[in-house]
Amino acid sequence: MGEKKGRGWSLGLAGLLAPAAFWLGIFFVIPLLFILAYSFGTSGVYGGITLGFNPGNYLKVFDPLYLKIVGRTLLIATLNTLLCLALGYPLAYFIAFKGRKYRNVLILMVMIPFWTSLLVRAYAWVVILGGNGLANKALQFLHLTDKPLNLIFTPQAVTMGLVYSYLPFMILPLYAALERFDTRLKEAAQDLGASRWHTFWRVTFPISMPGVIAGSILVFIPSAGEFVIPDLLGGSRTVMVGNLIQQQFLNARDWAFGSALSIILAVLLIGAIMYYVRRVGTDQLEGG
Amino acid sequence: MGDSKGGPLAKGLGNLSDRALLLFAGFVYLFLYAPIFVLVFFSFNSSRSTQTWTGFSLKWYGALLQDQSVLKAFYTSLIVGVSSTVIATAIGTFTALALVRYGFRGKGFTDSIVYAATVMPEIVVGVSLLVFFVAASIPLGITTIIIAHVAFNISFVTIVVRARLSGMDRSIEEAAQDLGANPFNTFLRVTLPLILPGVVAGALLAFTLSFDDFVITFFVAGVGSSTLPLKIYSMIKFGVSPVINALSTVILVATVLFIFGGGRLFIKKEEG
Amino acid sequence: MDREKKLTRSKFLKVMGGGALAGSTLSVLAACQPNTSAQSSGGNGGGGGSDGASKQLNLYNWSDYVAKSTIPNFEKKYKVNVTQDFFSSNEELLAKLQAGGVGYDVIVPSDYMVGIMAKSGVIQKLDMSKIPNFKNVGQEFKKPPYDPKNEYSIPYQWGTTGILYNKKKVGKIETWDPMWDPKYKGKIAMIDDVRETLGAALYRKGYSVNATEDSKLKVAEKELKKQKPLLRGYFDSTQVRPLVVNGDILLGHVFSGDGFTAVLGNKDLDYIIPKPAATRWTDNMAIPKGAPHADLAYKFINYILSAKAGAALSNYTYYGTPNEAALPGIDKELTSLPTYSPPKKVFDRLEVIQDVGETTRKYERIFTEVKSS
Repeated sequence: MGEKKGRGWSLGLAGLLAPAAFWLGIFFVIPLLFILAYSFGTSGVYGGITLGFNPGNYLKVFDPLYLKIVGRTLLIATLNTLLCLALGYPLAYFIAFKGRKYRNVLILMVMIPFWTSLLVRAYAWVVILGGNGLANKALQFLHLTDKPLNLIFTPQAVTMGLVYSYLPFMILPLYAALERFDTRLKEAAQDLGASRWHTFWRVTFPISMPGVIAGSILVFIPSAGEFVIPDLLGGSRTVMVGNLIQQQFLNARDWAFGSALSIILAVLLIGAIMYYVRRVGTDQLEGG
Repeated sequence: MGDSKGGPLAKGLGNLSDRALLLFAGFVYLFLYAPIFVLVFFSFNSSRSTQTWTGFSLKWYGALLQDQSVLKAFYTSLIVGVSSTVIATAIGTFTALALVRYGFRGKGFTDSIVYAATVMPEIVVGVSLLVFFVAASIPLGITTIIIAHVAFNISFVTIVVRARLSGMDRSIEEAAQDLGANPFNTFLRVTLPLILPGVVAGALLAFTLSFDDFVITFFVAGVGSSTLPLKIYSMIKFGVSPVINALSTVILVATVLFIFGGGRLFIKKEEG
Repeated sequence: MDREKKLTRSKFLKVMGGGALAGSTLSVLAACQPNTSAQSSGGNGGGGGSDGASKQLNLYNWSDYVAKSTIPNFEKKYKVNVTQDFFSSNEELLAKLQAGGVGYDVIVPSDYMVGIMAKSGVIQKLDMSKIPNFKNVGQEFKKPPYDPKNEYSIPYQWGTTGILYNKKKVGKIETWDPMWDPKYKGKIAMIDDVRETLGAALYRKGYSVNATEDSKLKVAEKELKKQKPLLRGYFDSTQVRPLVVNGDILLGHVFSGDGFTAVLGNKDLDYIIPKPAATRWTDNMAIPKGAPHADLAYKFINYILSAKAGAALSNYTYYGTPNEAALPGIDKELTSLPTYSPPKKVFDRLEVIQDVGETTRKYERIFTEVKSS
């Protein structure tokens, strides 16, 4: 290929970039501009939309009702991220440092659920948490309860489903970060008299930070925008922003408000990523 | 998992914290796999129940095979998956080459668009495409699904191929060009084989994402274009049934075969 | 596996090349498929076979809402192919239709949605001369309030929205009150539908399901908020049914067809049309503007209105038929249920949901508020 390392454009470069520019321009950027425009429009009662400059859709989000839903969504997504981190980090650590020659098999076993249909994974929990499902049978067998509990269609069921679905997204980047880690560093620290605990927090954890960041982003973003899992496991009671947006477009026929919600969700999430990355330092991210 | 306890894995697990770690890892694997096993187990149940075992039967697989709409949805998913993967892999590979090999004005912007497309919440992408297709009077259907899938897959392929490209030794390519090969031949004979593992990995990822996508597809699907995830969703909405268990099992087995097949090719290339 | 290990780079390239080729072939197929199936009007001069008639019908329907025999028999009779897609709410149907030129030939909107669709111009006026079987439609289903001149819609099925409950454990009930009874906490489910669920609250307080006064809506909101802690959740009617059948819950808000399906399979259950009022709804067949195979759409509508197809349909869905010619063919098991063909006294206290215009937004907001509280 070409060797042009200048700042200029060449025919080869233009040729390589043109298809992506065309596709992402027309089918990603322009649609986003459309909803940006719609978010300032006014919805007709029967679904039409009048463009204009109507800030009302954004003001509506400050209605305590919708603010609460946005808040709850961020809370659930944060909780999910923390739980995935708590479950995922020890496992990634285990595979990277104790897995030895089974490392590839062990990581492949994490990947299988990751490659499997999200709907299949959600369905598994619909079955298990159902009225006479396995979860209730296990609880009764262990004498933790004497009659079936309402497990499914609760916020806890939604959180459970989210953790289950997104755990592999946390483990894989964590493993990738830890795997590259030179164990001699750890040994050196320990030789110098640092305790294992100390070594972990001062040496291992900082080095795995890019994995923590990447994993957190990969879990937080999709779970904040999720609507399938709350829909299937929440019994429509735990309304998240994703459900609200879907309702505005497919039920309430209020595309303008739905567009405003979408813009707010996108800005909030991308803002959160930028803040998070900046806070923990981009140098670490790039080091990964 | 538990069965590896006695093996070489146990070496170096002498102290207490290591044992605790092993136990915890076993617990996480159990958490990942128990629901799947339960699902598979009850697909062989002889009664309609997905919760009480009454005996072995393959009848739900029979029912699955006879369900035309499932087969059709599978076919649709396959068409969408393969077409969008081929297109996105080509475009993504070109984009990765441009980003690694050239410095140009607007590179930062191109970069951020590529990343933005991966982190944009699916629901936002879905509704924006719906709004766009409606405004542009593009009829919803299999074409719009493919368009949408290519749009989100380009970025994933770009990122994967780029990772491979940036670690690559340029000297072979330079040698080929010094020996008089034209850029096109150099690409086909030298560059492409070198980055192929990255391209294959990108394509595998793109295919999986496309085959599994529910949210975006949900918004842009139209006439006769129900994909497998859309079909599963409506089946779940309609009530739990062992037929869904059977379908899930088939998907699981296919996934495992896909990973092993794909992974094998991938690992082989890495070594080569 | 050994074979794969020996795979050389050039062979690998060939494999991938083959894959890409197969891929592009498939994508060509993909591009062609909707052309032959959905938009053949464009490619094929009126979408026709040799005799100029369409060979393809695209039906957009609710899930599981045709008899297993309906489509195969129609396909055989007219030597055509039918594809069916599904929607789960009237609003989803409207949203997809507003996408314009979607390619559906027959759609099945409920009553109030027919009015909205006619007003927003997404469905076409029907040519009644092409539907001779319209004579089979019962008087009470002709000239409905949402289509007063019978210009846009033909009734498909009708039903009520009531309560499916466990008679053995709850005892006989007659009103909406048990759905608000703290005794059944966690054993109640409502339909995830704005109009039906707000409707239940309005009915219970003696108001109309089409109330637009803020004061009445406030009362309904309060009622639903009071009810929410008692609920298992808000679901599709088809999801509520198995919950009651499995004994997960005792009382479920369902459409009559789901109610009858459950009742006929389990003697402990019963379906009632609660007092003082409940919803009667009609789903209708309509033809979207720009339908690619309108000629076949008329044939399909006319076919559904025939005695045999009409009876087969209701015997499968367990919903009522507006088709009088089909009545004698309905299973006795079904017609013997007192709520399947309610006496005039009961029929008269049923209400039809109508479009409430701007107030729709208030309904939506209340329902969102209730669900997220």
